[in-house]
Amino acid sequence: MLIIAGRPFASRLFTGTGKFSSSDVMRKALDASGCEMVTVALRRIDLNDPEDDIMQVLDRNKFFFLPNTAGARNAGEAVRLARLARASGGGHWIKLEVTPDPRTLLPDPVDTLVATEELVKDGFVVLPYINADPILALRLQDAGAAAVMPLAAPIGTNRGLITRYQIEIIIAQARVPVVVDAGLGAPSHAAEAMEMGADAVLVNTAIAVAGNPVRMADAFRQAVIAGREAYEAGLGAISEEASASSPQTGLDFIR
Amino acid sequence: MSQSFVLPDYQELARLIATRTDSDVLRALRSPVLSLGDLAALLSPEAERYLTEMAAKSQAITTQRFGRVIQIYAPLYVSNYCTNRCLYCGFSAEHPIRRRRLTLEEVEKEADTLRLRGVNHLLLVSGEAPKMMGVDYIEEVAKRLKGRFASLSIEIQPLTEAEYARLFAAGITSVAVYQETYDPELYQRLHLAGKKSDYTYRLATPERAAAAGMREVGIGALLGLGDWRAEGLALGLHLSWLRKRFWRTGLTVSFPRIRPAEGGFRALAPVSERNLTQLIFALRLFDHDVGLLLSTREEARYRNGMVGLGPTRYSAGSCTSPGGYAEGENADEQFAVDDDRSVAEVCAAIHGQGYEPVRKDWDACFQA
Repeated sequence: MLIIAGRPFASRLFTGTGKFSSSDVMRKALDASGCEMVTVALRRIDLNDPEDDIMQVLDRNKFFFLPNTAGARNAGEAVRLARLARASGGGHWIKLEVTPDPRTLLPDPVDTLVATEELVKDGFVVLPYINADPILALRLQDAGAAAVMPLAAPIGTNRGLITRYQIEIIIAQARVPVVVDAGLGAPSHAAEAMEMGADAVLVNTAIAVAGNPVRMADAFRQAVIAGREAYEAGLGAISEEASASSPQTGLDFIR
Repeated sequence: MSQSFVLPDYQELARLIATRTDSDVLRALRSPVLSLGDLAALLSPEAERYLTEMAAKSQAITTQRFGRVIQIYAPLYVSNYCTNRCLYCGFSAEHPIRRRRLTLEEVEKEADTLRLRGVNHLLLVSGEAPKMMGVDYIEEVAKRLKGRFASLSIEIQPLTEAEYARLFAAGITSVAVYQETYDPELYQRLHLAGKKSDYTYRLATPERAAAAGMREVGIGALLGLGDWRAEGLALGLHLSWLRKRFWRTGLTVSFPRIRPAEGGFRALAPVSERNLTQLIFALRLFDHDVGLLLSTREEARYRNGMVGLGPTRYSAGSCTSPGGYAEGENADEQFAVDDDRSVAEVCAAIHGQGYEPVRKDWDACFQA
């Protein structure tokens, strides 16, 4: 069972709420994904408006609401946004996104660390979105981050695990859960991340802009389960040479 | 900032486009990252027969980058006083139109009317009359409206960097300033008097706004003045120059086509819907991340047809005369809109196309 900051999560697939063609499609896709943790950009919602289109769809008894600070250019903005969200009933969990470059939306490592330190001190459960930088992941963990969320590829690119090698190091070193976030474009990418030992993955674009988002959400659900199963079952090692599936050693007692 | 944006010789841009060949277009269509030469090819007459391919690529890029959504905004005209004499504009100083500058209370009333109609991204627009409508006025407007809207943009006279910084602090999120034409010679012929007749000062306005910390800067050319293909290439050059220097600033491009307005100005170089479409696709293929605006200058039929193909923001329910929302028209408009549907109707049409009309995609609390 995945546990973040002491709270168990039944599903290892997290989803986002952006880019959907309607809130109805989004609701059906979230249901099909089997996800529990759902992230929502604070800039897209009005927590003070009971009629807000996204929050109406997002049943908080069924989904765990993880607000994010998408759009924040620096630590100050992200911290302010998180505090205002908490004050409006958004809870004390925050997916920290500090993305000063509106083009690539790549996270700022320096301000992400600064904001994490500040928010942890202020009692938040912080899940920072980061580039796949193993040292940064360690620094964030030491600063009290509840999980780290390295990107597989720049957000929205659907390119899959182009940061695979660094993510392997992050997973090997982490004491907190590692959630591979951003860039996973196909269920096979999600399965690959899970087979590597990621604790969870977060998928949004690949589901939201799929030909059929509901079926794609279900495909990701299955892939994440299969990937985790494979990781727990223990994958065979990759070999440069072919080997027979029954060993032939010439020693009778080994057979 | 060391040096301002300088446009290469405008006639050279036109020549670069005119000499593109069919194989240049094909290479541009196959290339994942477009050079300025590729953009020139996609703007060329040679690319016209590939409009379907360009549409498909533009749609795929836009969907992946922005999703199946269209952001909704509306303009609020606060004043139609103007000290400039621009041959094409309904607000031009010499026109004997009914002039008006809204009081702060009137602006609030207009804004509240729009808010009730579901507008959350507001664009404050005015003629250029710094004495009537200076920075103090806009600053006060921003302070009053901040917190009621997700974002507040301005499309007013060019200001200094320090003035933009003041407005940003007061709650203005972004600045739109259109060069009208990037052709310096034509620019001088069209802008007869007023501060606006200074081509260079206007050209450097987007960088002053960006340097002041504005979230987003919008550029554009008024289509129907110069050669639209060359304007498109100039826009591409301007975009990539701004991207390199102001990587924290979001960028948008508008595509205003000349509309009937007071003064009866006719487009010097008419731009057809087909031309406009090619321009939009070419810029989308060139810059995957730029926000593209399609306003109510265009007909409902065209705007419905373009949903998802490239543009990412639509204005809706627009009135171009100051005070027009709350009271009906008591002052004259800048131009006649061609899509007079309400905000709700535009949103319903976008929804009907399988896209989500997004009314809120920013938050006032980003700016303390």
